[in-house]
Amino acid sequence: MPNYSFRVNGKTVTVDSWDPDQPLLYVLRNTLGLHGAKFGCGMAQCGACTVLLDGGAARSCVTPIRHAAGRSVTTIEGLGTPENPNAVQAAFIAEQAAQCGYCTNGMIMAAQALLDRNPHPTLEQVKSALEGNLCRCGTHTRILNAVMRAARA
Amino acid sequence: MATISRRAILKGGGAMVVSFAIGRQALAQARAAHTVDSFLAIHQDGSVTIFTSHVDIGTGISTVFRQVAAEELDIPVERFTVIEGDTATTPDHGGTGGSTGVPRGAADIRQAAATARRALLELAARRMNRRASDLTIEAGEIQASDGAAGVSIASLIGGKRFDLAVDPKAPLKQPSEYRIVGQPVLRADVPFKCTGRHVYLQDFSVPGMLHGRVVRPPTLGGELVSYDETAIRAIPDIKVIRIGNFLGVVAADEWAAIRAARELKVVWKDSRDLPGSDDLERYLRESPAADQVVVNRGDASGALSGAPKKFSAAYYWPFQSHASLGPSCAIADVTDAGITVWSASQGAFGLRAHLANVFGVAPENVRVIYMDGSGSYGTNGAEDAAADAVLLSRAARRPVRVQWMRQDEHGWDPKGPVQLLDVRASVDAAGNIAAWETEMWLPGGPPGERALAGPELAGMKQGHGQGAGLMTMNADPPYRAAHVRVVAHNLRETPLRLSNLRAPGKIANVFAVEGFTDELAAAARVDAVEYRRRSLDDPRALAVLDRAASMIGWRARPSPNPDAAQGNFRVGRGIAYLRYKQAENYCALAMEVAVERSTGRITVRRIACAHDCGLIMNPDGLRNQVEGNIMHTLSRALHEEVRFDQSKVISVDWVTYPVLRFPEAPPVEIALINRPDQPPYGAGEAASAPVAAALANAVFDATGIRLRRVPFAAERMKTMLARA
Repeated sequence: MPNYSFRVNGKTVTVDSWDPDQPLLYVLRNTLGLHGAKFGCGMAQCGACTVLLDGGAARSCVTPIRHAAGRSVTTIEGLGTPENPNAVQAAFIAEQAAQCGYCTNGMIMAAQALLDRNPHPTLEQVKSALEGNLCRCGTHTRILNAVMRAARA
Repeated sequence: MATISRRAILKGGGAMVVSFAIGRQALAQARAAHTVDSFLAIHQDGSVTIFTSHVDIGTGISTVFRQVAAEELDIPVERFTVIEGDTATTPDHGGTGGSTGVPRGAADIRQAAATARRALLELAARRMNRRASDLTIEAGEIQASDGAAGVSIASLIGGKRFDLAVDPKAPLKQPSEYRIVGQPVLRADVPFKCTGRHVYLQDFSVPGMLHGRVVRPPTLGGELVSYDETAIRAIPDIKVIRIGNFLGVVAADEWAAIRAARELKVVWKDSRDLPGSDDLERYLRESPAADQVVVNRGDASGALSGAPKKFSAAYYWPFQSHASLGPSCAIADVTDAGITVWSASQGAFGLRAHLANVFGVAPENVRVIYMDGSGSYGTNGAEDAAADAVLLSRAARRPVRVQWMRQDEHGWDPKGPVQLLDVRASVDAAGNIAAWETEMWLPGGPPGERALAGPELAGMKQGHGQGAGLMTMNADPPYRAAHVRVVAHNLRETPLRLSNLRAPGKIANVFAVEGFTDELAAAARVDAVEYRRRSLDDPRALAVLDRAASMIGWRARPSPNPDAAQGNFRVGRGIAYLRYKQAENYCALAMEVAVERSTGRITVRRIACAHDCGLIMNPDGLRNQVEGNIMHTLSRALHEEVRFDQSKVISVDWVTYPVLRFPEAPPVEIALINRPDQPPYGAGEAASAPVAAALANAVFDATGIRLRRVPFAAERMKTMLARA
């Protein structure tokens, strides 16, 4: 079975995949036990599976594992922990910016990617950066407040 | 949480356990029969477990449960954990829905905690040689008013076991004494959800588990003719399972299951018996129906037929999907001993009974264990996914996890019903409502259990119930009127399976009632707030109406707005009011909109909502729910419509079933009006009900165009603007 090496949250991993086109999402969740990225649509339409690929937001549900080889992947688990959340996560917690929280991974990863390239975005820029991330519980206001809070921090 | 057994929770060490209010003998029998009845267990380490059939699924209700129990017991809220929806460990005091978590779920838990408090005080009174009335509890320690050394609850319980039945007369604290209820206690799950550590059902696995996917027919009533595995031979370790027209794939590897399900060559015989979504209004009007008089006050028909001036309009709400962000999921483990299912269903006990019926297994041999899943707003595909997993696990003789694909969720989840309303009214000389008639058409079917999608394909015997919740409430105006009649035409059939979807029926009814009320106000050339005010008496109604108006900066004048033009935009404001289920929350919602003339795009610039649900349990959790109601329903009003042709749902992803996106999210200002002297109501639905009406009323104010059909899609708005 072919194997693929890449960095995940700072550590090099080598994984087997019977299919070079297997999306990174399933490798993260089922091979590496990292469940933060979620399956939402499998078509890059909703953002629930967002990870950082070499620092940029990427939809892991449509990223073949062969494209991840040799690159650096950051998942939400790599940002911080419940005891020691990073700035974006801490802002989401402070704003209680979740209901069911199934979209939260994507929101935080998209926000992280935005803030990494633009540390002080306007509200309109935040809205635009999150345009591809869907939330069904209607937590939009809190998510925007959380990202703006992280931007001020 | 899901793997904790009741024995593990209660074994060995001491505990004080408070159970359903049944006699001691009955209690002993119930225990012998392994009937679950406990609401609360105070452990010998001073921690407390709450057991409930009401589940959280992101609403924050479990935090409220912790607060009410902590309040009655004066034990710090951090020491409480909640076990939700496990048919083997939690009592059945109702499923989750209909905004019952607070008035029913929390009330039961509060009474159990009060029963425990009294017992603890009596125990301590004996230990401390004081009267119970001279004792109080402070942070889990029982203290005497004379300053004698206190006793911790943990040490009172020690290694002993105390079984109590809930005493409905156990004294409750007065709201004026509350220290924990009413505080914005933070949710325990949020830090885990924000760091990828919260274990959702979708993340859970059991040893030996296979991944399953269902290969669904391209049409809703399809027939399986044949399939050919040649194309999927290269995919490792897969097994195809066929039961009648039910076709599924199991595999050790999830991606293998997905690819096999996708690439299996199947020949289906299509079905073509649906009316299609484009002409549902005619379908509703012409289909056989049973009539139900919902409200009949005075003589509305007589008053209307004799009135010199009459108004009438038809309002339409489409089929909508839960469209949960995470497709439905379940794990089932079917063995000779019975069935275990892990599910995000909002009703673990209902699902247990349902699966027991459909699969012919005794209910005591079916265990359903709730785990948090992607948000649902009633009954989404969770129950269907559970049945899929049972079918596959039974055939594979291994535990099987099924997660639906996106097209499964949009295409096959049971739908929030389409609703058509004719409203008619006459007015008096001042323009106030004199007579009012609402006629509504609702798809329907027999009562009882719904048909589950997988067992239906498998040809299994099952119920075909089409319940969708309390659809007819809030269909009459809350305003003074001498003659009111509301009639529902309940169709005997439905093109799509029905389910209850957030505030079922109430959203469409309020859309019609408050939209039409706005029409009457505009026709009378009376300001929309003033028009409502003069026909309302209840001070709580007036308080929310005035508050919402003041927050949005309402200036009294009739609609439409004479100064609507702002460049390429037309701007306006609208308001809507309701009392939820005519007996619960008061809510008024106002908004400001801008309609772009060239595109028809409606932008909501600002929303103000005043909300009174009686006593507030947790203002932050409440605010989160109110915001959620507003945004979710804004999405439903602006964008959402399940589209289908003669044989299948064709809005099957986020492109064909668009929803609200961030650039459209307006700022929302919420005023929570606390009424500590009033009973608390749930808040998971009420604020959704006025959204569509307030939006349509604002669009009318901006453009003079009355929207009576959801969704308010830009293309449709553009056409209407061009015609105006």
